[in-house]
Amino acid sequence: MQELKVLSPTAILGYGFPEESFEKGLAQHPDFIAVDAGSTDPGPYYLGAGVSFTDREAVKRDLRLMLKAGKRLGIPVLVGTAGGSGANEHLAWNEDIVREITQEEDLELKVAVITAEIPKAEILKKYEKGKISPLPPAGEISREDIENTSRIVAQMGVEPIIAALDNDVDLVLAGRAFDPTVFAAPCIKAGFPAGLALHMGKILECASIAATPGSGSDCMLGTLRHDCFILEALNPKRKCTVTSIAAHTLYEKNNPYKLHGPGGIIDLEETKFTQLDDKRVKVSGSRFIPSEEYTIKLEGAKKTGYRTISIAGTRDPIMISQIDEILEAVKNMVKDNFSHINNDEYQILFAIYGKDGVMGKLEPQKNANPHELGIVIEVVAQTQEMANTICSFTRSSLLHYGYPGRIATAGNLAFRYSPSDIPAGEVYEFSIYHLLTVEDPKEYFPITIKTMKGSE
Amino acid sequence: MGVSLTELAEVIRSKNSGPYELTMDIIFKDFDSYEKVKREKAINKELISRLYQIPEEDIISIINFDPAKAIKITIKRPLVAGAIGESDVYGAQQHAPLLRIEL
Repeated sequence: MQELKVLSPTAILGYGFPEESFEKGLAQHPDFIAVDAGSTDPGPYYLGAGVSFTDREAVKRDLRLMLKAGKRLGIPVLVGTAGGSGANEHLAWNEDIVREITQEEDLELKVAVITAEIPKAEILKKYEKGKISPLPPAGEISREDIENTSRIVAQMGVEPIIAALDNDVDLVLAGRAFDPTVFAAPCIKAGFPAGLALHMGKILECASIAATPGSGSDCMLGTLRHDCFILEALNPKRKCTVTSIAAHTLYEKNNPYKLHGPGGIIDLEETKFTQLDDKRVKVSGSRFIPSEEYTIKLEGAKKTGYRTISIAGTRDPIMISQIDEILEAVKNMVKDNFSHINNDEYQILFAIYGKDGVMGKLEPQKNANPHELGIVIEVVAQTQEMANTICSFTRSSLLHYGYPGRIATAGNLAFRYSPSDIPAGEVYEFSIYHLLTVEDPKEYFPITIKTMKGSE
Repeated sequence: MGVSLTELAEVIRSKNSGPYELTMDIIFKDFDSYEKVKREKAINKELISRLYQIPEEDIISIINFDPAKAIKITIKRPLVAGAIGESDVYGAQQHAPLLRIEL
């Protein structure tokens, strides 16, 4: 085989794409369609709670077009990090969507489902054997940290996906996967160099974000040869330039020359970017350097409580001039009123927009003098009821707090909403971001083959 | 005569590099400006430490990436993305201090 063509419809499954761009891609006879469906960027909640950050209807819309096209062209569709975080619940959610599509479109699909969640007991076993190491700047973990974690997934490499493709399936639905793998696996299986395949995958997983003007909701086509790959934006309004592609190589990674992944490093020291014509860029020289030990990255999130928030603003210059003191005094009022509750059972936080609400500690402008401030009252407590209670009391106390020099005696806050307090549910934090050394890259990623049929 | 970084750069942005790191990209408009800033090591640990008021140990790396005429700065996040009290889950709005750099 001289070359392989890969169609990447969108940056994240559910972010959408214009059908015209997609059809332009299909007209070039791609060998497969692949999409990344997840990320840790939306934060720890989605992994911890087993919920997708993408919308069900939007995912179904994208997937319907992809599955129908795959069937029409007789090519496989690959989905990586299904359901946004790629744990078992996320996979089941995505599988359910696929089942609905097969029924509505009367399709018959052979599907390979690859799980990526690892039971805590297994992680604890590996921990005891010293097989788990922190990925700096994350610190060491304890037995307790692992026990308290709600869900743990591992990022799979290309090996489980290649094994799934050996079953001649129409759809690969993979749990948590290193982003480039769903793009690279079919290429490596067909004998193309891993370095080029993975680097191409790294760019295609963001689809047209790597084009100019960039978009997370538009299609890209990658053509892999044995000595290079070529990228092409499928919307005539966009183009790939050396700058847009090279700049994308920087995106979301700390070192553009060395991209760490399962089992090795994508090395870009020798990579060359060449403008082929006004729309396409050729990339060559990227290499894959296997590491001595095969490691996979673990991600885990644990529940830390329940949150209630209240959003308000102030336009009073006298209040704004002493905002820090006022908030501290209100915190103390709350503590006094609920002295029967232990201090460590709840936390009161104030995000002050107009001051340092966006950058917090990193904010260099300490003495800004804004004419209004946005205030988010946030309470995290051990139960939702307690978070509601503390937030409600903090809100009413701040509303009527009599600070020195106060002239506006009717109320200190402007509320945009009624009800003013919003219970925001469970709160999670990342608790595991570590490497696990494995003997077999496929060990933790079992494959199940299923047939999904429309007219059942 | 000083020149503002915003005159030389076409992109100045920040983003998570995983939940524990923040990474900032400065992509220059042309190779001449990039080469000059790179040669003079004008973007250095001391400057970043001052702008973000963080110890130099928390600056993980400053890397020049010639193919993109870009300088990449990666720092340790003061709080892990999504932790209680953390203010920017995607890390996409932590670039502003770089806009004030005069060279």
